Amino acid sequence: MFRIQSLAARSLIAGAFDQYTPLTLTSLPSLNGVRHKSQDPSIERYGQMRFSTAEPKVAAGSLHEKMREKILSMETLNPHVRAVEYAVRGPIVIKAGEIERCLEEGGTKPFSEVIKANIGDAHAMGQQPITFLRQVVALCTFPELMDSPSFPEDAKWRARRILQGCGGHSLGSYSASQGIEQIRKDIAAYIEQRDDGVPSDWDNIFLTTGASDGIMNILRLLVSGNGSSRAGVMIPIPQYPLYSAAISEMDAVQVNYYLDEDNCWALDINELHRAYQAAKKHCQPRVICIINPGNPTGQVQSKKCIEEVLHFAYEENLFVMSDEVYQDNVYASDCQFHSFKKVLYEMGPEYFNSVELVSFHSTSKGYTGECGFRGGYMEVINMDPEVKAQLVKLLSVRLCPPLAGQVAMDVIVNPPQPDEPSFKQFHQEKTAVLGALAEKAKLTEKILNAVPGIKCNPVQGAMYAFPRIFIPPKAVEEAKALGMQPDMFYCLRLLEETGICVVPGSGFGQKDGTYHFRMTILPSTEKLKVLLGKVHDFQIKFLKEFSALEQLQR
Amino acid sequence: MSQLLDQKYMGGGSVSKEVAHRSKSGAASDPSLIPRYCLSSRQQKRLPLRLLVRSTVGRGTLSSIPAPRSEPTQPTMSQNGALPRHEKVLTVDTMNANVKKVEYAVRGPIVQRAVQIEKELIEGVKKPFEEVIKANIGDAHAMGQRPITFFRQVMALCAYPKLLDDNKFPEDAKNRAKRILHACGGNSIGAYTTSQGIECVRQDIANYIKRRDGGVPSDPDNIYLSTGASDGIATVLKLLTAGEGRTRTGVMISIPQYPLYSAAIAELGAVQVNYYLNEEKCWSLDISELERSLKAAREYCNPRVLCIINPGNPTGQVQSRQCIEDVIRFVAKENLFLMADEVYQDNVYAEGCEFHSFKKLLFEMGPEYSNKVELVSFHSTSKCYMGECGFRGGYMEVINMDPDVKAQLTKLVSVRLCPPAPGQALMDLVVNPPQPGEPSYNAFIKERTDVLSDLAEKAKLTEEILNTVPGISCNPVQGAMYSFPRIDLPERAIKEAKARSQAPDMFYCMTLLEETGICLVPGSGFGQKDGTYHFRMTILPPTEKLKIMLNKLKEFHQKFTQQYS
Repeated sequence: MFRIQSLAARSLIAGAFDQYTPLTLTSLPSLNGVRHKSQDPSIERYGQMRFSTAEPKVAAGSLHEKMREKILSMETLNPHVRAVEYAVRGPIVIKAGEIERCLEEGGTKPFSEVIKANIGDAHAMGQQPITFLRQVVALCTFPELMDSPSFPEDAKWRARRILQGCGGHSLGSYSASQGIEQIRKDIAAYIEQRDDGVPSDWDNIFLTTGASDGIMNILRLLVSGNGSSRAGVMIPIPQYPLYSAAISEMDAVQVNYYLDEDNCWALDINELHRAYQAAKKHCQPRVICIINPGNPTGQVQSKKCIEEVLHFAYEENLFVMSDEVYQDNVYASDCQFHSFKKVLYEMGPEYFNSVELVSFHSTSKGYTGECGFRGGYMEVINMDPEVKAQLVKLLSVRLCPPLAGQVAMDVIVNPPQPDEPSFKQFHQEKTAVLGALAEKAKLTEKILNAVPGIKCNPVQGAMYAFPRIFIPPKAVEEAKALGMQPDMFYCLRLLEETGICVVPGSGFGQKDGTYHFRMTILPSTEKLKVLLGKVHDFQIKFLKEFSALEQLQR
Repeated sequence: MSQLLDQKYMGGGSVSKEVAHRSKSGAASDPSLIPRYCLSSRQQKRLPLRLLVRSTVGRGTLSSIPAPRSEPTQPTMSQNGALPRHEKVLTVDTMNANVKKVEYAVRGPIVQRAVQIEKELIEGVKKPFEEVIKANIGDAHAMGQRPITFFRQVMALCAYPKLLDDNKFPEDAKNRAKRILHACGGNSIGAYTTSQGIECVRQDIANYIKRRDGGVPSDPDNIYLSTGASDGIATVLKLLTAGEGRTRTGVMISIPQYPLYSAAIAELGAVQVNYYLNEEKCWSLDISELERSLKAAREYCNPRVLCIINPGNPTGQVQSRQCIEDVIRFVAKENLFLMADEVYQDNVYAEGCEFHSFKKLLFEMGPEYSNKVELVSFHSTSKCYMGECGFRGGYMEVINMDPDVKAQLTKLVSVRLCPPAPGQALMDLVVNPPQPGEPSYNAFIKERTDVLSDLAEKAKLTEEILNTVPGISCNPVQGAMYSFPRIDLPERAIKEAKARSQAPDMFYCMTLLEETGICLVPGSGFGQKDGTYHFRMTILPPTEKLKIMLNKLKEFHQKFTQQYS
């Protein structure tokens, strides 16, 4: 049923989907048997086709290989790995890479460059690193620079302090598996300050390899049981697909709760109750995951909403995972970031002493955008001490998070202070990045909402717009005939015709019958304007092609 | 052992708080259990004073915290009035059982105790020694080894490209940095890379492999950068683990082994299949033992993969060409996937020994093997002469992997986005070091040679001194970074250990740590033949320190033996 039907269509999706036919057919039966997803058949059904990363040339050569039986084949592969999906780097991104190569080799396209708005990768979009952060990392990497007059004293001081905590004073030694002690202390101090004095114990801080690593490890601890006692993991829909991927890989049960698009993607407590009650029939919901500010949805949770979530978790005895990697990315003037931990504290000791909470942070977002360093931390609250010891043990197998990432994390939690020489420049750089992001958030919302058939909630925070798109019924039909999600069809066409790479909403999950895409707001303002203009023109053309423009204008 | 680990892991400073909390639960009628949050302000007022006082404990010092909420959210969510019982959601009883089974002795209880002792020393506690010597882990820089200057120069240039204008940096370092940065998104090491790794780094790795293997071709498309070798190994094992009961994947690992393998197997719920290295023959690998082990395992699982560590960790042997060929024939015949952990490929010290990559020999054995055997080889920035553990760099090369499976592998690694970019840059330098004629060449060669010859000397020294101790016998350290001597333990010591429910060599190592400050890992953490006892120690401390350490060890062993006989 997913067979690719027309030659024209083949050229549209060449490469990325050639592998799909066999993959889908083989994986369908076991998927039904193995995965226990609660709702949203659309995610489940289209999931299989979202992923194939094989290079076409490999596929071509594989015929001969197929004659021999491989020890590791699609049939004998870990079925949970097969079930994993990760759209942010899925076929559309692979296709974008192919087009880029084609352009480099002099191929002609109706555009001169591919704009990758698929991933929150600030530096790749031209954002400059924070000078101070890079100075400290360079000093730690090559301590001979301590003698260089071109480095400020506050950077040197920080580098020395960090190297003091490294074995042999080298960034090349392993750190403790939880991270460098001094950095954990700095993080705890930062949290206390951020949360207006709510105490933070550095013994509860674990450095991680990006936030993803921490999220996976906590889920790994939580997943147990069989059949109807299998751990259920409540995640928002739309969600950041790391969560669904981790759940698949661990064979946990994905429990979807839907964010309210009509209410600016707010979390509705009644929806949590509904999802929880429905899930209880076939699994044991044990954990609720929250992304605040939201990815891909960009909403910033109100304090009241967080209180309700925490109360719900308290009542239903759920472990809380709060993904707060966008805590510095709040743009809307009427919004403010509230950490789950602080709100929990303010709800009183019965809550603060009992709700098990893990909060995640990262070097990849905020105003630093240092994705490549893979830095991050998590703070665990109220974790059973024995479990905590198990967590330490589990982390120790991978030895330690990368030290350069730990250093970057330290600079973020311990930036230059007003009386230090680098403060002025640091502050200027930070403000410039965040100011530009706020402006781009506003701009994106405004321009998108002027496009017929596109509706975009305010981008209150994070780095993405997740507009809803009207896809004409004829286009939906055509997509289905190609065995594709309609929004995948839309995004592929957008890529082919304009060079803009965005991720279809189906990769994040969405209400049945609605379609979206996620785009980052990271390109430079000028480029973003061009990009949005192209989206505008494409949408009009697309609507015309499927004769829906007039209908919409009426 | 596992019992012991559990006991140790149960320790921890914050138990008392936990106990205090637990003692509260269960008594649902206690009004103090009613969350203040669920009560109206009127109800709050009716609570006995002591409860209110208690509920503000911990807040007193926080002047900036707003006053308690005057309008608590309506208690509509607890309509039934039933109060939730607050046992922990996540306890050792309810957690993932596979994680509980994971053991990793290299950073196990003995290392935790060593860290504690270090703190005690700083606090001025009197000990019969002045410092803890951590010979438990192959962490070269922590033992005083200096980084390779060229590598760090390039890394600093990548981190802070303004240094490209600094004339103190040599041109070849600048050129490498520019090349790497050019391949990064936005010319920044802070951008995500492709999940497989930076393309030009993969090309450099493929070129390096080809050079190393005398021209055997290597395809950059088969190279995956990883977060240290451990990450690659765990990922490939994840792909391979499937089936239930008797069809569950069996993973053949050497005993003694590097405990990453047993840990990954436990975590994945795969079946560990042991094959024993021959201690009498310098820890060599016996094909008949592989056959025995495989045959036995087929009775209860589906052995699908054979893991080899060459040069050996913890055992330090370097496999002969003959042995590798035999292994390849064996896996081809028995249809096993082959994982070759070759992270110590530059660490070969013994005369007459040479590193042969599995891939090279596979291709030399002709197309019937080289087109068939599925092989993954692992490498890392953490070992060899650079010892850059903290950067978590590494790569794997996959050979003959089913293209569909390879696509699945790419998908799986994409979920974690990418390996750390600095680690990738470093890996690039390892495979593409300064060339003759480049300004940094001479200094680089000197630094590398110094490290490697120093290691060779220490390997020899360690073996020699250990073998002078009655009751200790040590195989030659042909390669890698460890000696794994066998120790004779007196019956009474074994009894004493058992009385403490400790493995006898754990008891030995703990006592050694307490009395001398030397931190080693007991053989039981790696696996060993029943009734034999060993420890692993690195040969990494500087020669002078190593001598002191070995002599302390000698004294300790004699004393320990006397004490218990």
